[in-house]
Amino acid sequence: MPPFLMLRDWWEERFGTELFSFLWHKQVPRHKHTIWYYLGGMTLFLFMVQVVTGILLLLYYRPSPTEAFESVQFIMTKVKFGWLIRGIHAWAANLLILTAMLHMFSTFFLKAYRQPRELTWVSGCMLFFLFLGFGFSGYLLPWNELAFFATKVGTQMMAAVPVIGNWLLTFFRGGEEVTGATLTRFFGFHVAIFPLLTTMLLGAHLFLVQYFGMSTPISVEQAHKDKPVPTYAFIPNFLLRDIMGWYIALGVLAALAAIFPWELGVKADPFGATPAGIKPEWYFLFMFQALKKIPGHVLFIEGEQFGVLFFGLGAALWMLVPFLDRKQEGPLKRLPAVAGGVIVAFIIVMTIWAWRS
Amino acid sequence: MPATSQQWRFLLMLAVLLVAGSSARAQSRDIGTPPVDTCRTCHAQLDDRLGEPAKQFADDIHGTRGMTCASCHGGDPREEDMEKSMSRARGFRGVPKRSEIPQLCATCHSDGAFMRAYNPSLRTDQLSQYKTSVHGKRLAAGDTKVAVCSDCHGIHKIRAASSPISNVHPQQIPATCGRCHGDAEYMKPYKIPTDQMAGYKTSVHYEKLSGGDLAAPTCVTCHGNHGATPPGISSVERVCGTCHVFQEQLFDQSPHKAAWAPMKMSSCLTCHGNHAIKHTGDFLIGTGKDSICMTCHAADDNGGKVASQISTVLAGLDKSLAEAGAILDSAEQKGMEVGEARVTLSTAHEKLIKARVDLHTMNSARVEETTKAGEKLAQQVNQDGVQALAEYAFRRKGLALSLFAIAFVVICLWLLIRNLERRSAGEEAGRSGGS
Repeated sequence: MPPFLMLRDWWEERFGTELFSFLWHKQVPRHKHTIWYYLGGMTLFLFMVQVVTGILLLLYYRPSPTEAFESVQFIMTKVKFGWLIRGIHAWAANLLILTAMLHMFSTFFLKAYRQPRELTWVSGCMLFFLFLGFGFSGYLLPWNELAFFATKVGTQMMAAVPVIGNWLLTFFRGGEEVTGATLTRFFGFHVAIFPLLTTMLLGAHLFLVQYFGMSTPISVEQAHKDKPVPTYAFIPNFLLRDIMGWYIALGVLAALAAIFPWELGVKADPFGATPAGIKPEWYFLFMFQALKKIPGHVLFIEGEQFGVLFFGLGAALWMLVPFLDRKQEGPLKRLPAVAGGVIVAFIIVMTIWAWRS
Repeated sequence: MPATSQQWRFLLMLAVLLVAGSSARAQSRDIGTPPVDTCRTCHAQLDDRLGEPAKQFADDIHGTRGMTCASCHGGDPREEDMEKSMSRARGFRGVPKRSEIPQLCATCHSDGAFMRAYNPSLRTDQLSQYKTSVHGKRLAAGDTKVAVCSDCHGIHKIRAASSPISNVHPQQIPATCGRCHGDAEYMKPYKIPTDQMAGYKTSVHYEKLSGGDLAAPTCVTCHGNHGATPPGISSVERVCGTCHVFQEQLFDQSPHKAAWAPMKMSSCLTCHGNHAIKHTGDFLIGTGKDSICMTCHAADDNGGKVASQISTVLAGLDKSLAEAGAILDSAEQKGMEVGEARVTLSTAHEKLIKARVDLHTMNSARVEETTKAGEKLAQQVNQDGVQALAEYAFRRKGLALSLFAIAFVVICLWLLIRNLERRSAGEEAGRSGGS
């Protein structure tokens, strides 16, 4: 008997047949939009890569202003395959945000957040914001010049949050300025708090995805009015395709890490002048550019404060989309798609503008 | 004349008191607001040479600090009647004679207690320094063509030396001195060269100064400012040594020191020149066509041999550093992290710089000792670079192998999926055919 079946029997003798029976009989809708279903699995795979490479980096990384840069330099030059682990961690972080973003927008445009999957959407959005937090906190950890000043600019924006802005700034910086206290704080967020929250949210998200199954897009449902939408088995058909995608992602990561090693730059000098052209990571560029170009005053509030409020409220509305978009018929049925298109265009235009300026 | 000095002091103190005594509102706004000054009120209405100074004085450092025209010209600035305000009875002295200017400026500028209220860090020995200068001595001898305070600092639009538009700002100094010293006609009676400015403009010092380095030497750095005098043969190395400390100390240990003294050959100037000091380089030493050593030595005399030895070890280290740098550049372009090796390379560069300074001893063994330390470091950098390039090649091969393995697994998975789906399609077709 194959080991997998032995394991199944062992499990079923103790916990019953429900789990394996569920997985074995789970079906995935098969249609022209099926390709989008794989982005979630791809994001999950990249997250697992981050967990593994992150743990390996932890063996040598030291979170202090005097040792952080040197320890990353040591990882990249002296530790066997350290360059690969650090390269994959840095590249996978970016690909992870990219796939998570694509997964989120595909879910949005296919309206997969519709009842009963509201909480799947909300947990997914929260996971995306957590990934952005991972990116922001992890960027500072090598303690190089670019990261130091980008963090300085990034955290400064927190001060624009109404009422609690200054408190937020002090809380995240661990004082008035970006110092060693900020580094240890960001390290704590990056390796303890965010992973804990992500594990819990990810568990909930995966459970909800399995519980409700894959959503079938409205257009596909309408096209198969009287007959059922074709499906294929989650195991093995979908899972094997997923694994194939993961292997390709692994190859892409290895190639990126080997051909375009993630630069370390020069060590941060808190007393040095801010170098020209300080920009955040690409996924924050659109916000950075918008906050930079916003006028000094909008209506009766300060421009920067308006920008922070705008993005804060925007994020809250984005999370509440399933509860706002309840009508699938009528004159407003296309409104979410139009709004989504505007948001995507805004993000792309602002990112290109910031990138080129 | 002590009486005049006291009189001037009184007038200046009066001007300060006027500022202090102006309305409380004005005081709280700007303590430097000038008091009522009828001289400027009337002269500002004039367009000719009598009006221009009044306009210029508004932005003059003295004007902005509460001084009035009367501070230098005497008279009573509170009196509106011109006859009275500019009367001898009220102390009016008109335009000061050139010969009186140093003493006039010194009335305040040599008074430490008075100047402290304005700028505690400003020196107050300008007049005594000036008296030791060639300018001061000639003025005392009755030559009024020489520079006095106002020739360099200006008259009615004097600015702090730190102001870029001040005539005595470091970047303006060469032009200020050159106004007289570069004018062959004006300098004719003094029978001194007037090509200093032209020479200085070709120098490395001017290159740095014009490039924005305000610490670069100007005329006054070597000649002094208020005590301006040409440095003599005995003192010139002390002047250069103010900045080039080690070169001066090491030259004192060289055989040139004792040999050149009787010949009245200047230590630094003999090799480097004075105003037109050019970039130095290893070409200056050795037996090559540009070598300065060959001016006095022959290639086969003892000096020539030492120069040749020094030149060889310097060129050797320079070449090793260039090679090591090129390997690091190549590794860095390929994305390899060579930060540590860069630090070692920079330490090796420092050894080359030290060897170039050491050569002022003309002791080839000492220079070689330093270059050997540099060579050792360059070799280490070279090895690090070679290792980084080897690591790069290893990574490429490793990547190719990994991608091959991954592609193999992906193809197998794809075939497996295809087989599975074909089989299940066949089974389904069989079931539907059977039914």
